[in-house]
Amino acid sequence: MTAIIILLCVLLITIVLVQIGKVTELTAQIKGEREVLRDNSKWNGWLSVAFMIVFLVGVFISAWEYKNQMMGYGPHTSASAHGGALDDMFNLTLILTGIVFVLCHIALFWFAYKYRWQEGRKAQFIAHDNRLELIWTAVPAVVMTILVVRGLNAWNTVMADVNPNEDYIEIEATGQQFNWIIRYPGPDGKLGARNYKLTGANNQLGMDFTDPKTWDDVIPGQEIYLPVGKKVRVRITAKDVLHNFYLPHFRVKMDAVPGMPTYFIFTPIKTTSDYRNELRKYDEYNLPYDDAEPTGAKRWEKFEYELACAELCGKGHYSMKRILKVVSQEEFDAWYSKQESFYLTQVRGKDEDPNKDKVLDIEVRQRAREFSENVKKAVESTDVADKTLTLRHINFETGSATLTANSRYELDNLVTALNAFPGIVIEVAGHTDNTGDPLENQALSSARAASVVKYLTDRGISEGRLRPRGYGDTKPLAPNDSDENRAKKPQN
Amino acid sequence: MAHVVTAAETLEDKLTQELGFDDHFHEHHEGDKFQSNFLTTYIFSTDHKIVGRQFLITGIFWAIVGAAMSIVFRLQLGFPEADLAWLRPLLGKWIQVNDAGIGKLDPEFYYALVTMHGTILVFFVLTAGLSGTFANLLIPLQIGARDMASPLLNAFSYWFFFLAGVVMFLSLFLSTGPFSGGWTAYPPLSALPQASDGSKAGMTMWIVGMALFVVSSLLGGINYITTILNLRTKGMNMWRMPLTIWAILITAILGVLSFPVLLSGVLLLMFDRSLGTSFYLSEIVVGGVALDRIGGSPVLFQHLFWFLGHPEVYIIILPSMGIVSEVLSVHARKPIFGYRAMVYSILAIGFLSFIVWAHHMFMSGVNPFISNFFVVFTLIIAVPSAIKVFNWISTVYGSNFRFNSASMFAIGFVSMFISGGLTGIFLGNSAIDIQMHDTYFVVAHFHIVMGIAAFFGMFAGVYHWFPKMFGRFMNETLGKIHFWGTIIGAYAIFWPMHYTGMAGVPRRYYSIDNFDSFRHFVELNQFITVAAIVVFFLQILFVVNFFYSIFSGRKMTTKNPWGSNTLEWTTPIKPGHGNWPGNIPSAQRWPYDYGKDGEEFVPQYVPLKEGEHDFGH
Repeated sequence: MTAIIILLCVLLITIVLVQIGKVTELTAQIKGEREVLRDNSKWNGWLSVAFMIVFLVGVFISAWEYKNQMMGYGPHTSASAHGGALDDMFNLTLILTGIVFVLCHIALFWFAYKYRWQEGRKAQFIAHDNRLELIWTAVPAVVMTILVVRGLNAWNTVMADVNPNEDYIEIEATGQQFNWIIRYPGPDGKLGARNYKLTGANNQLGMDFTDPKTWDDVIPGQEIYLPVGKKVRVRITAKDVLHNFYLPHFRVKMDAVPGMPTYFIFTPIKTTSDYRNELRKYDEYNLPYDDAEPTGAKRWEKFEYELACAELCGKGHYSMKRILKVVSQEEFDAWYSKQESFYLTQVRGKDEDPNKDKVLDIEVRQRAREFSENVKKAVESTDVADKTLTLRHINFETGSATLTANSRYELDNLVTALNAFPGIVIEVAGHTDNTGDPLENQALSSARAASVVKYLTDRGISEGRLRPRGYGDTKPLAPNDSDENRAKKPQN
Repeated sequence: MAHVVTAAETLEDKLTQELGFDDHFHEHHEGDKFQSNFLTTYIFSTDHKIVGRQFLITGIFWAIVGAAMSIVFRLQLGFPEADLAWLRPLLGKWIQVNDAGIGKLDPEFYYALVTMHGTILVFFVLTAGLSGTFANLLIPLQIGARDMASPLLNAFSYWFFFLAGVVMFLSLFLSTGPFSGGWTAYPPLSALPQASDGSKAGMTMWIVGMALFVVSSLLGGINYITTILNLRTKGMNMWRMPLTIWAILITAILGVLSFPVLLSGVLLLMFDRSLGTSFYLSEIVVGGVALDRIGGSPVLFQHLFWFLGHPEVYIIILPSMGIVSEVLSVHARKPIFGYRAMVYSILAIGFLSFIVWAHHMFMSGVNPFISNFFVVFTLIIAVPSAIKVFNWISTVYGSNFRFNSASMFAIGFVSMFISGGLTGIFLGNSAIDIQMHDTYFVVAHFHIVMGIAAFFGMFAGVYHWFPKMFGRFMNETLGKIHFWGTIIGAYAIFWPMHYTGMAGVPRRYYSIDNFDSFRHFVELNQFITVAAIVVFFLQILFVVNFFYSIFSGRKMTTKNPWGSNTLEWTTPIKPGHGNWPGNIPSAQRWPYDYGKDGEEFVPQYVPLKEGEHDFGH
């Protein structure tokens, strides 16, 4: 109904305007063409000047009103080391173009008014003026040269790639419809290789886990952290369509292109809480964050750095937000040390793990550490249960007493432990699962215990300290109720 | 039957008979088989004046469609909470009505509207509607030719444009919607139907429509160039051509050189879409599936697109510059200031427009070192642009300035070109572009400098040459309401966008509420939307004035109502096929002798007096 009323009103106004137009045309015919021209020029000349004044005043008033959006001013300062230079370029350009803008508008509308049509006025015949034209070719050329030189200086500094000897961290941002996946290198400080063909439900980035550098890479949860004062190189990629890695507070923006990694380097210089404290000084940030809760948190208290997408990527383009927290190095380290390797927590040992048959260096080190702790505990403890160690990583070929190649790591740990505690004597117990004939299982478990003992004696452990014994299928590590559990064949 | 020489009634007739070019023109009124009925006269005409009017009216249709689209997406931006259920009869399923009966614009369709708004306004309105109209109308009339070099190609040019429009229009009704990946159609989004609904059949139709459009543009462009170079009347050397013709000539050359690059770009995109090639695609995983496409580069498309795209913005603005130069000079009763500087700056802008394209791509991942060159050339363009602005202002200085709708829109053009041109100096400097790229600052810049400014040039041209087109005047009162409302409204729409741009608000966001950093512009966005609606209705007023005046406007009683020097005003009030009944008048001087030696104006057909200097030389 309102739509109909609005439509009718518009129609009515149009008709009224057309009628006014018709009437003025008729009166113009009565008044005569020259009279009309004089009136027109007078009124519209005045309107020109009025428009010019209102427009220019409006420009300054609105600029004052929105001064807190001006680059590098008030709450709108850059949070990165390079941003200030860009803001300065903006403001230099603003001043220079502002002068031209004001002068040109005054001249344009003032001349139109001043030289409005009047009976008997003769227009001056000025076809050109070489001197003037030379001046207004030269002056813009000089101004442009200044802007170009300063601008390119800033540009080439900001866009320069890192020097490999520099101290920086490299993280990776991958855009996809419609979110960002951020990847941190692990303790090795290096991001591992990717191959888009490996992308799967459990490997969104298509990380190539045959590359040892991927093993410690971290994909953190919703919030991402950066340490203040540390140079960051963001490697920017996309999986599906173009995206753009945009951090407005840091003056950072770069397209994410499928198949062509790009980068942007910046150094955060203000932590999130620094920035909040700056915003605190401004009225608009002291308004309630949520209008529905007038007494709740204020805007500055809830301020966060935001990561956005600035290249149209589909219908969810406007929703690709991530929160970035800039914190002190200590806070960053604390957060970073809590992050777990994506590979080790999500992929290791699963079907898609290409390293299933291998023991990784980091696992070897990890197990050796755990093993020596357990041995120490077993030696010091008086509890029988504690004195039994399960050698989980020693395995045999099915139906045979031949040790698998990967068993050597655990056995070597055992050698190290026996050498570290020369006084201890151990029983080496062999087990099997309950498939097959119990008698054969008994024989097999004894043979398996013997092969372990052989391995140890070959490495210089005295035979007297070792008592091999086969338990057959009588003491399984896991209940013999499934194939899965049967695969667990510990020797202790 | 040879042309019958009758006694000369006026000086003009006398000079035309004595000095004009006699091409033994046979005028056919009744027996002309090409103009014997309504269909051949007004629809399938090969007369350049009819083709020009067809371009104009088709352009007006598209301008209304494109502007109406912007109103719908402005409603979403200004009033995201508003109930749009009342749009359901028009937009159907694209308005999602929830359980509470509140209708919301579908984000997919929001992007489709933004995309179509850009495509329609840039290509169909400001390229075809503007160049097509004034090139066709003015070239033969102002250079003194009977028609275009090839009237048939000329008619084809219109009909290919019409077909392109039909295809694009039909795509609006697809169940998956029209193309929605932005008017720049960057792959991979535009290449992958899996990535977006708009990239399904909508994109195919977009490509077909654009291909037809390029054909139209090339047919027209070749014809304009040929006509201007070969069919100038006796004495009309290059330095006696009005600036409109210079601007149109350079525009046509830009179009002929750059549109084929766009066509090849979109054809390769078509191959990527349908034939499994990988020109623009590499290492893509979409919908969880890794595509078997390796080795292409999305950046290649951007290069091809902007190799057209940047000249394209000059294709849009140059005709307006030419029109404004002519209109300002005629109504200032004063020669255009620095005619030769104006020509050279058009040439310089035309040349430079081909070596600045990558300034649209500073942030697209091209080598930052390359950007150095593009920054330099881009900011050099400010120099010829500044010369033009200062020359226009100097033209008004010391004039006897007639305020009417045409001249006021010309002044408005200069104002817009100043405001929008200056913000280009920010964006062309790559260091500032890091922050400003793809924000509302860019939206403000290009809408003012090539949207509103080009429209103002077009309006100036329509008000000025309406009597030549239809033998009647447009209503001046409505014209002035149109002007003042539009200049105030247009600044009200686009000026605030500079502030949101500085605040970092990205363009092409369906909603800015997700981001705490961007969402504090509620009132400003409402203000912009209201201003947009007002300006939209003012344009409807223009359209009403336009069609009303065709049929009932004040009649033109003299041949040269503006006291203009150029040759189009020597044709009869209603020129027939062939433009001049007898000899074609010759050009004896440059077209800007206004106020010379005490004469208010000295038309081009008047020979130079003894020892008189021709200022074009």
